[in-house]
Amino acid sequence: MTNAVLTGLVLGGMYALIAMGLTLQYGVARIMNLSYGEFLIGAAFASYWLFTGWALNPLAGLAFVIPVSFGISYLLYRVLLTPLVRRARTRDALEVDSILATFGMMFIVQGIMLTMFGGAYFSYSFLAIPVKIVGEVLALNRLIAFGLAVVVGLALYLTLTRTRIGTSIRAVAVDPIAAQLVAIDVTRTSALAFALGGALVASAGVLISMFLTFSATSGVVFTMKALIVVVMGGVGNLLGCLVAGLALGLSEALVATFIDPGLTLAVNFALFLGVLLVKPAGIFGRAQR
Amino acid sequence: MSRAQIMTGAICLAAVVALAFVPMIVDAYHLALAISLLQFTVLATAWGMFSGPTRYVSLATTAFFGVGAYTVAVLGEQLPWSLVLFIAAVIGAIMAVIVGLSTLRLSGVHFVIFTFGLAELVRQIVVWYEVNKTRVLGRYVFVDITQNDIYWQLLALAVIVFGTGWLIARSRFGFALQIIGEDETVARHCGINVTIAKVALFTISATFMTLVGAVMAPRFTYIEPSIAFNATISFEVVIMALLGGAHRLWGPALGAIPLTLLFDFLSARFPSTSTLIMGVVFLLIVYALPSGVVGLWEKLKAWRPSASKMRGAQA
Repeated sequence: MTNAVLTGLVLGGMYALIAMGLTLQYGVARIMNLSYGEFLIGAAFASYWLFTGWALNPLAGLAFVIPVSFGISYLLYRVLLTPLVRRARTRDALEVDSILATFGMMFIVQGIMLTMFGGAYFSYSFLAIPVKIVGEVLALNRLIAFGLAVVVGLALYLTLTRTRIGTSIRAVAVDPIAAQLVAIDVTRTSALAFALGGALVASAGVLISMFLTFSATSGVVFTMKALIVVVMGGVGNLLGCLVAGLALGLSEALVATFIDPGLTLAVNFALFLGVLLVKPAGIFGRAQR
Repeated sequence: MSRAQIMTGAICLAAVVALAFVPMIVDAYHLALAISLLQFTVLATAWGMFSGPTRYVSLATTAFFGVGAYTVAVLGEQLPWSLVLFIAAVIGAIMAVIVGLSTLRLSGVHFVIFTFGLAELVRQIVVWYEVNKTRVLGRYVFVDITQNDIYWQLLALAVIVFGTGWLIARSRFGFALQIIGEDETVARHCGINVTIAKVALFTISATFMTLVGAVMAPRFTYIEPSIAFNATISFEVVIMALLGGAHRLWGPALGAIPLTLLFDFLSARFPSTSTLIMGVVFLLIVYALPSGVVGLWEKLKAWRPSASKMRGAQA
């Protein structure tokens, strides 16, 4: 039982971190990114490549992966997605366009990874040292990943609530048109939020690659879980990500331990529907205008 | 009925009759190709039937296709063929009603997310059930259905899909859908029950997808969940319908034909990079042809009358 709860917490922490990036991309930049998980797997492969090819510690690799993914996401938004934002007349139209564009992007990124690495599963052994916590044994790499997820999440929270740029990001999330009235460059802020989301998912990818096996096609599952967490918690809400992410991780770990490991996705969707039937805008979401 | 309509009807009838004789003439390879063409035509048309008017992007084609195929794998040997098809259709319809009722009442995003995961979810449940209850993973489909039969069944299905789409467009229901597509709030104020209309349309479209899966099942011979619930089908159907233009009944078919040929060519020539190339084609369509070939055609047509008028003024 304790083990299941601990595993669930670690897993939930990772889900929360992954979802925070998506909530920035979807809540602020208004891009429903279906290729999100592909970028996570891309970072996992980068970490794998750095570790096995260059013997570079994945934690040190973060210093390389984060800026690169930030830059790639920024360019992606500026080159590929800004035209869609311009073209869209309403928010719904942008949603449909961004779903379709990122759906195509998903297959492109997946295709690139498939040609480079093939369809096999990859993993590497880093800090797989058993550690005892409250009478249960956990691997050190999971603990470090969880700790770093907490640090990153806190840093993001403080940035968004305590700094000027963070405040402008939140303003765009609330109302992109009104934000312009207080001299916020919405396009730039959106691009920044999108890139920040990309950097977050890449760091999550590096952390996850330390303790999970992954393949070129396993990004979809992460996209799905991130989407579920974001919508369940309320779009654009960091606290919602945390609560919903932990709930998802815990329920998954408990079902995997006590019922059947093959039913995790069913639990995810059951939880998702259950929450949305009671609160259609998510746990912390505001009602739609 | 006007003369033009009678002409169109006669041409369609002639085309169907001509198509029905295809299996007698062509060799096995071309018959297989014709089957793929018909399969994707029906799937893309069924997809456009729902996603065209409502503008909800459904990524669940595979889920229904797989359910149809799997129903045949389970029941195919025990029951007569027509009953199996009927049961598959009923299962698909029930699943669509459940999914529709639980997500279409909410905003469009919930629907997209749910359909995005639906195939994977159904696959997981099927695997779980097969491993724990029936203890068989992977089934052989031994039914007395030849390639020609599959072809004719798909052709019949195609006729029914187009017929249904045509009837819907002419009915009160179709008019309601058109209003929903233009503006949902307005539709609600006109007294249209938006949720029921959307769920009904989703169910009709999903039933056709399930039937295609059921009809195609004998072609696989061996079925296991990862084959039946192959995510590429959802993807291919969306891209085909988009290329053609989902807002017209015959649009998706226009996209299905060239892209089926292209994918057939790609998977034969470049098996390792076909995913990549398909993604690029997809992006090109989203950016360059947002309303599909049909949209382009309509734009050209709208532009031509003014040009001819000018010529008339000169003369």
